Amino acid sequence: MDASTILFYIIAAYILVTGVLAVTTRKIFRSAIWLLFSLIGIAALYFWMDLPFIAAVQIVVYVGGIVVLIIFSIFLTQKSGDQMPKPILGRTLPSALASFFGLVFTINLIWHHGFVENKGILFDPTVDSIGMQLLNTGEGGYILPFEVVSMLLLAAMVGCIVIAMKVKKEETI
Amino acid sequence: MISVGLTHVLILSTCLFFIGMYGFFTRRNLITLLMSVELMLNSVNINFAAFNKYLFPEKLDGIFFNVFIITIAAAEAAVAIAIIINLYRSHNSIDVEDAGEMKY
Repeated sequence: MDASTILFYIIAAYILVTGVLAVTTRKIFRSAIWLLFSLIGIAALYFWMDLPFIAAVQIVVYVGGIVVLIIFSIFLTQKSGDQMPKPILGRTLPSALASFFGLVFTINLIWHHGFVENKGILFDPTVDSIGMQLLNTGEGGYILPFEVVSMLLLAAMVGCIVIAMKVKKEETI
Repeated sequence: MISVGLTHVLILSTCLFFIGMYGFFTRRNLITLLMSVELMLNSVNINFAAFNKYLFPEKLDGIFFNVFIITIAAAEAAVAIAIIINLYRSHNSIDVEDAGEMKY
């Protein structure tokens, strides 16, 4: 058992424990903080997989953006100290059973599939090669999805502003 | 002892996905539902990165999908929170049980 293996198990246990706490704790603010820790653990997993660029994107967008957005919306919409009502047994039991059987089924499939790992070729996810291929117009280039995603972000931004805008009561639009 | 490889990472992401699914089924608050969806999206992201690294190391497509999913998740979270805030203004609550006008 080498250091990489031990590190993987530590990261995996950290992600799963914080993930379970994020979906089961009854204080909503604590739930957001556990989600934050879980996302940091996933960034650590990307570092473990030699993907520093993705890990950096994960930390910047998820930890720095989405979780902060969620915390802001918690503060805007409710008292963060309140406990949420306990979910009834008639709802937790079927969902726990469904999740458990889905989990067992999928793990069984993965375990018996026997993936053949491709170990000969060096994996090269440096920012250099990622940038060259992402903005390439030729074969295997991703410039078109890149531009489409930029349009999507613009549309999402306009949509957010329109949806969350306060409409005055006097005006009839 | 098998060395840690693709299978282990896939099992980790599967566990994370079903944790998110459990949260999505049991929670009744819109913000916590959104958090569960984020967990599920993250587990899918781990899958893309792991498949790219272990099965197709000569390509980078999994990483691009990863980046696009992160972008779209950010847009989705922003729109969802705008909708939640709008719902809070009209109903004074963000519980899914209180917003059942369009149910029937």
